[in-house]
Amino acid sequence: MTRKQQRTTLILSGLVFLGIAAGLILYALRDTIVFFYTPGEVAEKHVAPGTRLRLGGLVKEGSFKQGDGGLIHFVITDTDKDIAVTYKGVLPDLFKEGQGVVAEGVLLPDGAFRADSVLAKHDEKYMPREVAEALKKKGYWDPNKSDGGEKTQ
Amino acid sequence: MIVELGHFALVLAFAVAVYQTIIPLYGAARGSQRLMNVAGSAALTQFVLVAMAFAALIWAYVNSDFSVENVWANSHTAKPLLYKVTGVWSNHEGSMLLWVSILAFFGAAIALFSGNLPQSLKARVLGVQGSISVAFLLYIVTVSNPFARIPLDQVPMQGRGFNPILQDPALAFHPPLLYSGYVGFSVAFSFAIAALMEGKVDAAWARWVRPWTLAAWTFLTLGIALGSWWAYYELGWGGWWFWDPVENASLMPWLAGTALLHSAIVVEKRNTLKIWTILLAIIAFSLSLIGTFLVRSGVLSSVHAFAVDPERGVFILMILLFFIGGSFILYAARASSLKTGGLFAPISREGALVVNNLLMSASAAAVFIGTLFPLAYEAMTNGGKITVGAPYFNFTFGLLMIPLLLLIPVGPMLSWKRADLFAALRKLIPAAAIALIVALAVIAVTSGRVFMAALGLALGVWIVAGALVELAGRIKLFRAPASVSLRRLWNIPGQALGMALAHMGMGLVVLGIIASSTWKEEVITSINIGDSIKAGGYEVRFMSEREEKGPDYIAQQAHFDILKNGRKIREVFSEKRAFIPRGMPTTEVGLVHFLSGDLYVAIGDHDKKGLVVRVYFQPFIYLMWIGALFMAFGGVVSLLDRRFRVGVAKKAAARLAAEGAKS
Repeated sequence: MTRKQQRTTLILSGLVFLGIAAGLILYALRDTIVFFYTPGEVAEKHVAPGTRLRLGGLVKEGSFKQGDGGLIHFVITDTDKDIAVTYKGVLPDLFKEGQGVVAEGVLLPDGAFRADSVLAKHDEKYMPREVAEALKKKGYWDPNKSDGGEKTQ
Repeated sequence: MIVELGHFALVLAFAVAVYQTIIPLYGAARGSQRLMNVAGSAALTQFVLVAMAFAALIWAYVNSDFSVENVWANSHTAKPLLYKVTGVWSNHEGSMLLWVSILAFFGAAIALFSGNLPQSLKARVLGVQGSISVAFLLYIVTVSNPFARIPLDQVPMQGRGFNPILQDPALAFHPPLLYSGYVGFSVAFSFAIAALMEGKVDAAWARWVRPWTLAAWTFLTLGIALGSWWAYYELGWGGWWFWDPVENASLMPWLAGTALLHSAIVVEKRNTLKIWTILLAIIAFSLSLIGTFLVRSGVLSSVHAFAVDPERGVFILMILLFFIGGSFILYAARASSLKTGGLFAPISREGALVVNNLLMSASAAAVFIGTLFPLAYEAMTNGGKITVGAPYFNFTFGLLMIPLLLLIPVGPMLSWKRADLFAALRKLIPAAAIALIVALAVIAVTSGRVFMAALGLALGVWIVAGALVELAGRIKLFRAPASVSLRRLWNIPGQALGMALAHMGMGLVVLGIIASSTWKEEVITSINIGDSIKAGGYEVRFMSEREEKGPDYIAQQAHFDILKNGRKIREVFSEKRAFIPRGMPTTEVGLVHFLSGDLYVAIGDHDKKGLVVRVYFQPFIYLMWIGALFMAFGGVVSLLDRRFRVGVAKKAAARLAAEGAKS
């Protein structure tokens, strides 16, 4: 094998490889992206039931209910629109009424939301970034009022 | 006073770093001995100064000097001493200082241990190292100063304490290990840039680069393992890897670094693939830089975080642009001047290492795209928010890893230059047989319900057994008298043993991942005192509950007995702590290790029916961390190889020269 042939094989196999990898990535990206919405945006964009999404907002005061068999009910609000959430599992340490939260799961036909994970961002403000920004847009949350926390991990 | 001295030392270090960059590089360009010689002492001076600054900050933390803003914001008098010290790097400013300290340490180490390095190469390497220091020190001194004081009349009496989930031994040492890995790749980077300037890459160059890369890789491996171990037992979710951007930030340099480690072997042994190796060195360090900043700059929280703190954001972008952009421009301009070496057939050790490199880089690229895509999307769509979750990473990363893992045992069996694939595979028949038996056994026991998992386990066994078969072949086990085999085992080169250990470690990691994710048992329920939960053949009985007072927290502690066949064999405590300084709760998981796996007990809040308890049984999950230790240990063993020791490179070079003269 000459030097030129070697180089061509190397480059060609590299390119084929890159092509496969790129195809794989694009294919996976198309199917696995999850959008983040606040309750207001869910209403506004008419998100179809069955869609997988991340729902963010505040846990509405007085909405937390411990159901049977570890089932948990609470309401996520952006102070304007509300969505009822059910979740089976253990809540993160910092879950509290009136605090920010992100739930990932599926929107049900009746407009409720079934979460399969409630997100724990390890930030003592417990204000997941999407929520903080969505609330900031509404002028509800002032980042300067809370102490600047350290993101960890 | 000490704080001001520290600050002053840092500014002086900056000046020295500027000197260390300009003079040796200029000297190397002019060929001036005298100018090149200053590199070593400048690197040492810089290290001493940075170390003084770092020590000053530690002093401020240990003495709880709350007139320093950084100490006030991140420390508290009630904190145990260990966590006062580790608090130094729990925040942005302090962690940047740690970064530079490690960088200066590596610079000093090059200066001390590079006696036999060609003078111009040494000057250039230290010059490039110096330039990295310049950028980081300037950043710290101008926009990220950890020594900033609070005006005297406003000094608070008490600090704000730091995030209590960081108050943990594993996380205390996670950043230094991780940074040692990131920064370690700066050495490979400096060598790569220096080689581009010199226009020369040879086997001696690779012999120089490899130990540094190996050391960095070992640190990074340990750092990632420690971080994932921490996530496993501290977050209380039973998970150990979440494909979170901060985790991906450390995985990307690891993947590139692993590829670099393998391609540097080809440069060293066969004097080819040089241009590619240089590129990998640049990429590995670029990903380290990106990793550092992804985690520390707040860009992950949002593109807009840059706008909140524009000084830092722009500065960071400039640093990234300068080093990554600059090195790629230099690469484009100079790479063609490097002469390529030996030829090889597609099926050969070199060929296998090329495939390794392609798969490693492709998987690094997949992680990179998945991690940065949400940022790009947010910037492009003016605030649209998406996440790329675990399914993306599991799919792409998984698919790219499978062929790579399959090939691990094959590569070392191939000979250099041109290999016989069938002969290599024949040698691996014992490994394949063991893997097949394991797969069939699993399928038989579970009556075929977990077919994929059986294949996964077979893959792990294949890798471990393949490494053992390779070692057995090397020491002529069963083919020579036992005494011969024993002697060969004793004399086995560190590099070969290190490789076998690291490959075995990878196999163990695969086994741990597959076993724990397939047969994990999870019970979440609320129970009262006297009640039991069953998982993994064990019974977890809730015995009592009480309040416990720690140095800076109050814990609600639950006591459980672990029973097997009705007999008590162990007990375990699980806590929920509320930290006084910030009133923030954390979970302390009760963890019991058995040979068959980990029993993991975490408590939640009280509900109507009792205490919410999570019990996980994770079979063989510990193999994952043992595997990581194997990899790191393999790195250390390989580093201890005689050929890497000081002075040997010179002799080897002399021998090569003599051989060259003969032929």
